[in-house]
Amino acid sequence: MSTQHAFCAALLAHEPSCPEGVFSSNGADPASRFAVYRNNVHSALINALATSYPVTRQLVGDEFFHAMAGLYVQAYPPESPLLSEYGSTLADFIQAFEPAQSVPYLADVARLERLRVRAYHAADIPALDQPRVLEQLNGQSRLHLHPCVATLHSPYATVTIWAAHQTEGAIASVNPWQAQGALVLRHGLAVKVFGIDSGSVAFINSLGRSEALETAVEHALEASSEFDLHQCLGLLISHDAITHLEQKVSP
Amino acid sequence: MMTHLPHHRVSPAQVPGLPLRAGLGLKSEHFIEVLETRPDLGFFEVHAENFMVAGGPFHHYLGLIREQYPLSLHGVGLSIGGEGPLNGAHLARLATLIERYQPQAFSEHLAWSSHGPVFLNDLLPLAYDATTLNRVCAHIDQVQSTLKRPMLLENPSTYLLFQRSTLDETDFISEIIRRTGCGLLLDVNNVYVSCINHQRDPLAYINALPLHAVGEIHLAGFAEDSDSLGDRLLIDDHGAPIDNAVWQLYEQVLARTGPVATLIERDNQVPAFSVLQAEAQQAERHLLQVMA
Repeated sequence: MSTQHAFCAALLAHEPSCPEGVFSSNGADPASRFAVYRNNVHSALINALATSYPVTRQLVGDEFFHAMAGLYVQAYPPESPLLSEYGSTLADFIQAFEPAQSVPYLADVARLERLRVRAYHAADIPALDQPRVLEQLNGQSRLHLHPCVATLHSPYATVTIWAAHQTEGAIASVNPWQAQGALVLRHGLAVKVFGIDSGSVAFINSLGRSEALETAVEHALEASSEFDLHQCLGLLISHDAITHLEQKVSP
Repeated sequence: MMTHLPHHRVSPAQVPGLPLRAGLGLKSEHFIEVLETRPDLGFFEVHAENFMVAGGPFHHYLGLIREQYPLSLHGVGLSIGGEGPLNGAHLARLATLIERYQPQAFSEHLAWSSHGPVFLNDLLPLAYDATTLNRVCAHIDQVQSTLKRPMLLENPSTYLLFQRSTLDETDFISEIIRRTGCGLLLDVNNVYVSCINHQRDPLAYINALPLHAVGEIHLAGFAEDSDSLGDRLLIDDHGAPIDNAVWQLYEQVLARTGPVATLIERDNQVPAFSVLQAEAQQAERHLLQVMA
């Protein structure tokens, strides 16, 4: 086993240990020195997750979050030096994490926070100007969405729960047991989160699959008879979420 | 106001170089304050990996700040000391970033941080022997030829030693610089931390380095811990003001090197910008003393 392999294994082991072949010049137990590396690795990665998932952390408290994130770090250490991408599977981990079951909406809040990080760093692509979109739009149009745009469909009031944690002070009573969709996008430099209905989620997801406008409307109405095309399209256009319009007839 | 220092005694590693002044690590929480107040600083330094994102505010603000300040790009994820090959995709991302921002300096660490598919996000120590020396030199050659510029290599802070090491850290670094032509990013805090941890004399360590190759200096604060014997164990956490012992060592370094671009690093418990600026001003006072 190579030196670095042993070092790496000991850094990520569940129980503190120390690789062979290392020593301290003063004769101190090398395990007491190796613990610094182990602690650095764990605490930096846990802090990275805490930064990306602030509301998830608030919902369960620091102690619970740190313990949960520590287990996640050991099971799923980063596979890229780009730490802004680290933790993209944390929500799935939370979903299956038995001790978190008492907060059933925790995984969806984590999903929403991941979408916010992705939107924040998404590519800068200019939007189509609003009059041009409205002028050219017809049922056959395929709308290209900005890469920052994402949706989430949740059986819980995920957006309302998340929004309640954005202001200081007492959290107003929130009924979490109400299904709610989310639209996440970046407008200018600011990431925005909107609570949307299931029809809008289906509509935006359909546009995201490059389906024609009329097909997207069909999907939206299947999901919710109350889908309001004008309002949903207005939300996208006014937040510069449409980057291109294609008028090709579907093959 | 800080006094503007003239360019002076440029060493080879500084050729396209940073100004011989103090700079600060640029934190995202200070983007707007920097643009609004335009502090009188020699340069800013950023961690390359933080800007390996497609778009958004990080690029927006760095682009604006780069128009007004020299830039040092500091990598923390290349794993130059890794047993495996360098991550080609990561090196390509670095080349793209350098092309975009044209930094005055690019630096990385004498350490490893990746193993197989795993990125450990820490600067881990190397055994110093002929095998690792050849590997590190090959990696630095690859970096310099890909990026088409010389890089600066930073001396590490370490907490352990390896039984299989056959070379002193200073000899190891000297040989890398001799073989690859890279420059030295002398982290004075790392020197102090490692020397206390390994019972070495910091000044003897400094004297054993090829100081002609120093292209940048780092100063930072450390945390105090103790090992199993209760001896002082210093941890390079970039989370505290620069210690007096490190300021003194810095002064002794400058007496040997002359003025060198000097970065104040603070990555944890980041204080108000003005606190960091005061440390930069203190560094500039030391730089001024060796200008004469």
